[in-house]
Amino acid sequence: MFAEAIASLLQDRCTPQAVRAIEQGGSPAALSAALEESGFHELLAPEDAGGGGASWPDFHRVIELCGAHALPLPLAQTMAARAVVRAQPLPNGWITFAPWLVREADGSLRAGQVPFGRTASHVVGMAGDVALLLPVADARMEANGVYGSLAASLRWEPDAGTALDVTLPAARLQGLAAAIHASLLSGAMKKVFDLAMGYANERAQFGKPIGKFQAIQHQLSVMAEHVAAAAIAAEAAYHTEDQGLPAYAACAVAKARTSEAAQLVASTAHAVHGAIGVTEEYDLQLYTRRLHEWRMADGSETYWHRALGALCVQRSDALFVDLAREVFA
Amino acid sequence: MAELLDRLQRAELPAAAQAFRAEVKDFIAREMPPLGADVRARSWMGFDAAFSRKLAARGWVGVTLPKAYGGAELDAFRRFVLVEELLAVGAPVAAHWIADRQSGPLINKFGSEAQKQSYLPRICRAEVFFCIGMSEPNSGSDLASIGTRAVRTERGWVLNGRKIWTTNADKCDYSIALVRTSGLPADRQAGLSQFIVDLRLPGVTVRPIVDLSGDAHFSEMFFDDVLLAGDALIGQEGQGWQQVNAELAFERSGPERLYSSVVLVDAWIRWMRRNGQIEQHAETLGRLLAHLATLRQMSIAVTAKLAAGESPLVEAALVKELGTTYEQEIPSIVEAALGASPGQPADPELLRAAAYLSHMAPTFSLRGGTREILRGMIARGLGLR
Repeated sequence: MFAEAIASLLQDRCTPQAVRAIEQGGSPAALSAALEESGFHELLAPEDAGGGGASWPDFHRVIELCGAHALPLPLAQTMAARAVVRAQPLPNGWITFAPWLVREADGSLRAGQVPFGRTASHVVGMAGDVALLLPVADARMEANGVYGSLAASLRWEPDAGTALDVTLPAARLQGLAAAIHASLLSGAMKKVFDLAMGYANERAQFGKPIGKFQAIQHQLSVMAEHVAAAAIAAEAAYHTEDQGLPAYAACAVAKARTSEAAQLVASTAHAVHGAIGVTEEYDLQLYTRRLHEWRMADGSETYWHRALGALCVQRSDALFVDLAREVFA
Repeated sequence: MAELLDRLQRAELPAAAQAFRAEVKDFIAREMPPLGADVRARSWMGFDAAFSRKLAARGWVGVTLPKAYGGAELDAFRRFVLVEELLAVGAPVAAHWIADRQSGPLINKFGSEAQKQSYLPRICRAEVFFCIGMSEPNSGSDLASIGTRAVRTERGWVLNGRKIWTTNADKCDYSIALVRTSGLPADRQAGLSQFIVDLRLPGVTVRPIVDLSGDAHFSEMFFDDVLLAGDALIGQEGQGWQQVNAELAFERSGPERLYSSVVLVDAWIRWMRRNGQIEQHAETLGRLLAHLATLRQMSIAVTAKLAAGESPLVEAALVKELGTTYEQEIPSIVEAALGASPGQPADPELLRAAAYLSHMAPTFSLRGGTREILRGMIARGLGLR
């Protein structure tokens, strides 16, 4: 139900042209207003509080679609922030996450490579286990200079922001932020897979569609395996629960598996497409650029493999199969 | 979205299957013979008739077969749990494995009442063991090209030909052979039928094939004018191909396509813990864990389709391809790690386990359908062929 609603909205309003314009500095106001009016910010809020009453699995399906449409706004983080922070009102507008805030020697706060830092109005960050609400307008912003990227590094004065009334170890928000990127990656990979399939069926060489060649078929088959693995890992995270949020180890697996798949999926899609795939005018690049950025966002597979490895070390007397089972239990 | 990917829906093990796990763990703790990691590494190739009979006495052989024939009538989910727990510790299950997974369900689905009454109770008591007779010297991946032939005569069917790569045929009582009953190899799938071949009949010769690890898990079977009774035919004459395909979804999707090397991970972790090396390899362990947790979700998704009575051949192929790649990565990673500290050589048991799995890992993506065949099936499922 939620997925259908957002799918048609994104189809109409979050077109490749609109995404390109916002990436190049155009205003997201029209797209932003359409999403806000449709009430998606409150998707996860209980129905009796005027929200959508959506479950975490519903949320995942919605976020996958945001990924598949390269939505240039932090809708997922905004919805999740409103679900995590229930005790006090959050400002209107777009909220993104910075769960690895660093307190510098001079007291200033630094958040590196904040996803959607250029289109968000506020950041929910974790300085140790203290949750802070930080206005982007108060930050010194350093764009990363990557073509089309909406991420930015932000730095605030020592007294910036307000403490949020949330009891939340930093790791929990880190896990949730990672799971969100896992869903975005899953959606973007499905889109990239569809583009590659479409192209393979359409582009003819040597007198037949290239999808009829066994070498291309095998590349697409392997790609399908990794897209399927990534999708099920991302989805499974939202079917676990620990104190109202997806469980940490499940989020770790979701992000690790999707991040690892992202590189293979992006490179295979480009290989199948040939040179047209890397041009600005063809849409594939909108998604493969994101696959690389989101692979690193909120921890790459290297980070999350280490986190899971730490769990293996702690539990080194358990059967490995039992550990694998408990992740999504 | 490609329809194939939409069909692989996340599913959960039902509560009953979860509860069943404790029973299985308890049984294994009591009854599993004490075996070194190198023996456990044989996993579902390890043959131990006595252990199979213990499982049978507990009611856990032929687990999905009807109670009327001595089966336990467990659903596919509880079978998944049983299999998972047995493989997790490398229990020697090969003796009854093929009958439990394929031959029993095949006879139950396509066999006559007389065949069911004759074979199924003996399978469930682990009194008789089965092997598969599909591959031939020139028909491995090109299974439809098989040439072994059964000809109908007044006395019964007369079987001639040769089968190869049959697991443990020298220790089994029966083979279910896919053979040609009409037409020529050029006719491909048409004219194939399945027979239950008693391996003690005159004219049957079984020759074990010694492999590079010194084991002999595979065999070659020769059939020279073997006279089969009329009731050796399973199902319908000429329907062998369709029957085999229903069987293959069971063969390709189970935990045995993920867990062949998992005993080695546990042995490696124990060794690293003793030698203070575990932190150094934590990232690798984390990656292996992420992959296994994901593959397990995929395998459960296929199990749910089997439980619903579907025949998810393409989905199973997809999971098997990814799963066997994982099984092959483990010995490769462990070998590299063991050789990374020449001053602390691995103890012999761990070394033997790693060596066995490295030696045999190439077969993981051959048995049950080669990687290339599976990729072709996936491509067909995607609509590319």
